[in-house]
Amino acid sequence: MIVLAQGDSGPFIRWDWIFSHLDEVWDKVFEHLVLTFIALAAGMAISLVLTVVALRYRRSYGPITWVTGALYTIPSLALFAFLVPITGFSVLTAEIGLVSYTLLILVRNTVAGIDGVPADITEAAIAMGYDRRRMFWEIELPLALPVIIAGLRIAAVTTVGLVTVTALIGQGGVGFFILRGLGRFFSTEIVLGTALSVILAVAIDGALIALERALTPWAKTRERVA
Amino acid sequence: MIAFLEELAQWFVDNWSGSSGYIVRTWEHVQVSGAAVLAAVIIALPIAAWLGHVARGGLVAVSIVNIGRALPSFGIVALALPITIIIADNVGFISSGLGFFPTFIALFALALPPVFTNTYTGIRSVSPDIVESARGMGLGEMRILREVELPLASAVVLAGIRTSAVQVVATAPLGALVGYGGLGRYIIDGFAVQDDIEIVAGALLVALLSVATELVFGLIERRVVPPMLQTKRPGRLPPEAVAHQEPALPVAVDSV
Repeated sequence: MIVLAQGDSGPFIRWDWIFSHLDEVWDKVFEHLVLTFIALAAGMAISLVLTVVALRYRRSYGPITWVTGALYTIPSLALFAFLVPITGFSVLTAEIGLVSYTLLILVRNTVAGIDGVPADITEAAIAMGYDRRRMFWEIELPLALPVIIAGLRIAAVTTVGLVTVTALIGQGGVGFFILRGLGRFFSTEIVLGTALSVILAVAIDGALIALERALTPWAKTRERVA
Repeated sequence: MIAFLEELAQWFVDNWSGSSGYIVRTWEHVQVSGAAVLAAVIIALPIAAWLGHVARGGLVAVSIVNIGRALPSFGIVALALPITIIIADNVGFISSGLGFFPTFIALFALALPPVFTNTYTGIRSVSPDIVESARGMGLGEMRILREVELPLASAVVLAGIRTSAVQVVATAPLGALVGYGGLGRYIIDGFAVQDDIEIVAGALLVALLSVATELVFGLIERRVVPPMLQTKRPGRLPPEAVAHQEPALPVAVDSV
């Protein structure tokens, strides 16, 4: 049970506490970014492979979305809990869970993006002598980028939020502040952790929008895929 | 592995009854989740439906999804605690800021976005021709909304409520951190004392409950949604999937 010992009557946010703990804040922000980045990179790599499989063997798309959908449905805390007896309170436990949640979104958007490449373009490419591999890397993937990045943005924002939950298994990035604040009933830390998580989500989302603009200079009017 | 499974089975035999048994814990879990989703539907559905009907507030609808996604559920549950304690100190009839109340407030906040967005999007995606002909037949605006638009949008609206419910059931375990019961108790307590059996048992119960929630909504969909509009495969669609299927929403496009 929580002991209401500290900060109960204090102000909701103690700015002096935040400013005297900036070193710790940067540490946790960095940890949060690393956890998020690894999850997204691994998720992207796995879903790219799954996408290639799904496009090559159409029948596998059903089972792939079924499995990734099942992973997506397991509550995050439950998934981490399932893994704890096997991988313990570790970064690995956190990452397996985090990666699992990115797959459905990433695979679906990547497949949808590549499916959405107009047939006349792929036909033109075939006529120009593109083989399957070059077609994928040089035609389909670049043209699908806006949709893929739309998926990546959703996955990124979701992951940033989920990283806070991993505080319960000894990781957590800025979620560490939330957990510690909760443990000693210190609202400043709870607010700090939550606010930092939102700021990180918005910042990464913005960075991905910028990345999309940089990677798709031909797209003047961009469609938003929420 | 075999020994582990035996112990796990034994746990389920030993821990079903009493105030900390999993029957009571499941009921607590369902109670707070149900209350939160119900409150979210009562608040968000009418507002979103009306906004969709008058075709206003598209920017709000999109912003709500984005904000909802960026808010960490763990942070919301934790934040609810100091807030509800302040409320409990100042409002006479709320006796405790611990347990049910902060869990409910947090889950309610998390349940709002999908209900709001899907209702709004669902109403907006009803063909204007149909609405126009209903108007031509002399139906009032409220009747158009209730008898034409909402039934046609019911699949999307219900998908939003289902998304909310599944998300709420999945997040309710965190209520154990703010003094509530529910199935999260087993996971959180198991973490604290490093009891793998209790952790896995709790995780299993939480996962089962969220699958059960999906199934229940599948049944509700079959009863509520007009047969022609039912989705063939009531699979697991996260909120973005629903938004994805409705790219025709003009407000969603120009509001980046």
